[in-house]
Amino acid sequence: MDFQVVVLAGGNSKSLTPLVSKDVPKPLLPVANHPVLYYVLHQLEESNLKDLIVVVEGEDAGLLVGAWISGTFVDRLHVEIAAVPEDIGTAGALRAISHYLTAKDILVVSGDLVSDVSPGAVAATHRRHDAVVTATLCCVPISGSSESGSSGGKDKTKKPGRYNIIGLDPRKQFLLHIATGAEIEKDTRLQKHLLHAVGQMEIRSDLMDAHMYAFKRSVLQEVLDRKDTFQSLKQDVVPYLVRSQLKSEAVLSGIQQAEEDGNEKVSFPNNQVMVSQILSNASTPSFHELYSMDADGSAQTRKTHKCCAYIASSSSYCVRLNSIQAFMDINRDVTGEADHLLSDNVIGPSPKLGTKTTVGPHCMLGEGSEMGDKCQVKRSVIGRHCRIGSHVKVVNSVVMNHVTIGDGCIIQGSVICSNVQLLERVVLKDCQVGAGFVVTAGSEYKGESLARKEK
Amino acid sequence: MDPRRTARTVSDPKVRQVGFFTPAPTERSISDPPRFQDPIQPPSPSPTQVNDHSPSGNSLSPVMIPPAHHHSDNFLRTALQVTSPTKAFSYSAKTVTIPPENEDVASSFSPGRKVVSAKSPSSFPGVKASSVPASELTTVSVVNLPPGISEKAGGASVEVQNDRPVSAKTLKEKTNKAERRALQEAQRAAKAAAKAEGTKASSAASKVVTSANTKPSKAAKSSSQKNDGSQVAASEKKGGDRAPEKDRKKDAPHPRMQYDDKSRVEKAKKRAVVKQTEARNRVELFRHLPQYEHGTQLPDLETKFFELDPMHPAVYKVGLQYLSGDIHGGNARCIAMFQAFKEAIKDYSTPPEKTLIRDLTARISSYVSFLIECRPLSISMGNAIKFLKNRIAKLPLALSESEAKSTLMLDIDLFINEKIILSEKVIVKHAVTKIQDGDVLLTYGASSVVEMILLHAHELGKHFHVVVVDSRPKLEGQLLLRRLVRKGLSCTYTHVNAVSCIMQDVTRVFLGASSVLSNGTVYSRVGTACVAMVAHAFRVPVLVCCEAYKFHERVQLDSICFNELGNPDAISKVQGREEINYLDGLVNQENLQLLNLIYDATPSDYVSMIITDYGMIPPTSVPVIVREYRRDHLWS
Repeated sequence: MDFQVVVLAGGNSKSLTPLVSKDVPKPLLPVANHPVLYYVLHQLEESNLKDLIVVVEGEDAGLLVGAWISGTFVDRLHVEIAAVPEDIGTAGALRAISHYLTAKDILVVSGDLVSDVSPGAVAATHRRHDAVVTATLCCVPISGSSESGSSGGKDKTKKPGRYNIIGLDPRKQFLLHIATGAEIEKDTRLQKHLLHAVGQMEIRSDLMDAHMYAFKRSVLQEVLDRKDTFQSLKQDVVPYLVRSQLKSEAVLSGIQQAEEDGNEKVSFPNNQVMVSQILSNASTPSFHELYSMDADGSAQTRKTHKCCAYIASSSSYCVRLNSIQAFMDINRDVTGEADHLLSDNVIGPSPKLGTKTTVGPHCMLGEGSEMGDKCQVKRSVIGRHCRIGSHVKVVNSVVMNHVTIGDGCIIQGSVICSNVQLLERVVLKDCQVGAGFVVTAGSEYKGESLARKEK
Repeated sequence: MDPRRTARTVSDPKVRQVGFFTPAPTERSISDPPRFQDPIQPPSPSPTQVNDHSPSGNSLSPVMIPPAHHHSDNFLRTALQVTSPTKAFSYSAKTVTIPPENEDVASSFSPGRKVVSAKSPSSFPGVKASSVPASELTTVSVVNLPPGISEKAGGASVEVQNDRPVSAKTLKEKTNKAERRALQEAQRAAKAAAKAEGTKASSAASKVVTSANTKPSKAAKSSSQKNDGSQVAASEKKGGDRAPEKDRKKDAPHPRMQYDDKSRVEKAKKRAVVKQTEARNRVELFRHLPQYEHGTQLPDLETKFFELDPMHPAVYKVGLQYLSGDIHGGNARCIAMFQAFKEAIKDYSTPPEKTLIRDLTARISSYVSFLIECRPLSISMGNAIKFLKNRIAKLPLALSESEAKSTLMLDIDLFINEKIILSEKVIVKHAVTKIQDGDVLLTYGASSVVEMILLHAHELGKHFHVVVVDSRPKLEGQLLLRRLVRKGLSCTYTHVNAVSCIMQDVTRVFLGASSVLSNGTVYSRVGTACVAMVAHAFRVPVLVCCEAYKFHERVQLDSICFNELGNPDAISKVQGREEINYLDGLVNQENLQLLNLIYDATPSDYVSMIITDYGMIPPTSVPVIVREYRRDHLWS
């Protein structure tokens, strides 16, 4: 279908410390015992997209991710890894691999996306409208804000005003305005001529940019080349394209024109005009065409390009793992309501449970984990090869692999990374414990982030 | 065939009736076979052949009501088909056993081809963030010949089966009993008879039969992988030779499939690419036409975007645009389709050991059946497809692939330019002579030719007034109006409800057409008949503008037996006026049926003249054009 897929896997993420460390880069952060990257790759594989470029920040992370992919997806996917320097942003990452992009359209997916939105649908919408960019929008999960108090992420995640302001045309096909997160201070500027052309704009703040874009390759490369200050796709490139859709710069259109001419070089230049005119007259015009016709009656005097939106249906699941809160939510959802995202069974083979130990619904136990007597596990994910003593209570928590939990511990709403040791009678509430940390016996923590000092 | 038909058309215009009335059931059963194709002949996407076998002269009934006739048809069908199934089954059983073997072969290869190069150090450019750092790609995982992805790999195994059909056939006949041979001969005889009957259509038929052999490629492609073991291929070929012929009949739903026949609809559904949910509560009289729940098809097709491997992206895009209604209008749909085919042909490369003619025909057929699923073909598209397939079949065998491709692409360009663009220009030239100063011209809907006529007359400096009549739900007239007003024409806009009031002032009516049938019936956007009849009543001349490539030899007396059903939601809701919601919640009621017809048929009595690229002709001369035109152009 002439699509190339780029997965921006990221590398180290500051908002996810202490869960993410040098040993566990963000793409490999386990969500319900699968690295988060697995969800994206799995979904792409399901859509029959088997030729991928995975971009990872940092060379070490690249090696780790590469090793994992080659172990998991060998024979199933054709994956190429590109390691890019850290902190060059998503646009920078694309710039770095720009010369590998050859297909007509590029599908850019964020590696931290856990969703069941079909990439095919996005691509099809993109193709149907012959758009320059198509962004995937999905409804902001309602559960996120209400339960955030109880499961208690950091306050940082609930930063006020973290909205996406998204403007759509009345038929909900085109993207008229997009402003995300930090950009919005007090007021937003809308373009008058855009409003004039469309007539009506629907402004919504309940949509989230899922960070799955389809770009026209020529335009993307053009923009990346010309605007070398652009760092982020979401904050720079997409808003730029949306802003300039009615006064598309000559260069952009020039490329498209050249391509079209190349296709149709086979004589009859005069009739070609008529053919395109018949086609354009017969197709339902979007406001772009009407606008460009408005100029002085003759079509194609103003250059325009289309920015489309694909709005995922409200029943589909779509969350980005970009905060600890989101991490908790995704863990809960993947084991609970959105369990179709995982293909394998929820409870691993042969967990050893002690007597009178109860494991509630929406739980996940990795293989080889052992639990002592009279334990309670509710709405939690427990990784592989964990040893849990007796009288332990784990509620709303995530326990990764190879964790040892002593007797009588109570863990609520916490994340415990791999190789952590909890000695006896530890009480943790809303904490994050970094990898390899040892919590001394009898200590109590609430809402803290515990991590080993980096040497 | 043709003489009989024309004689009939001329002789009985009086029988033509408009409106619904039921004929006696006996007549109906006679009249109906034309809608089914002779089972021997594989279905072809173009609807022409249908009528070729029809004893259409028999029936006087203009209304064809579906229910009663299926028994006879099915019976006929099964009776004639008895011969093939036995063979087909025995073959297919053999085919089934093959794939596992192949997979074994493949998997035994696989370990060697694994590439685990993740550890290989990717050279890491230490460039600053602002500049453009180049990074290198490291291949970390490789797929071993994914089944069904690489067409060439799959094709290789299929080739072998075309290699030795002869030997297998003789072998076959040895093993078989004499009676089976007799059956086979009977089948051949029947086929020959069918060929003789469908005079010209036979060329199409043989073409289709040849394409049947290439058809298994798809089935084989998905399961089999590159294997050089000729034994495996040989045994596979036995199955490949005949079984697919049966498959192929199933492959494309016949353009005129009767959608009230439940078993066939079920079968068609199974092989459909587009998920189609049958709409409930269809109007009784129109149950033989396909109608699906609108709104479910598009999202479903979209999600399958990457899974439709054999579909060319350009074709896929056009299909999406048909489905979503982004492209409408006979000429535009035809041009869009041909341009997509052109792209597909440009990217086409013949699989090894296969002939371009056969493989490409099969490929085009699969594209066409996909497009049919998106939206039923218009008659003009059927003609165009027939033209293209004919060109492919007529390609000299000696031609190299690139030459053949460029020839075909040139043919497509020629078709678009000569049959569509040039004929529009000629029509405009003719029609403009009919426009005088002071005229009031009425047009209905939005026809590309009529628009060009009006604009051209305006450019010539003629002073006239235009009345654009429009109708819900598409309101395409508004777009036409917008373009006309922008060019400075003086216009009146009204809806079809008011046509009787405005008709008093009108001096000419210009109408576009989707097709003109050989009895002079004009098949066009629904509402056209109404406008033409009102004009007739007011003694206003009705000029129908239609390119000759849209002419069709079919005879149709009413707009019931062949039509297209649109989205019923479009008429139950008024866009932009949310307060009109009286039908909300009623749509699924048992006793409510919504009918949104797309086309209607205007009897030739109401048409004064048809303006075509061959000049201005009375409706009775259409068969002449059809005959001459086919001989000169389509079948050349």
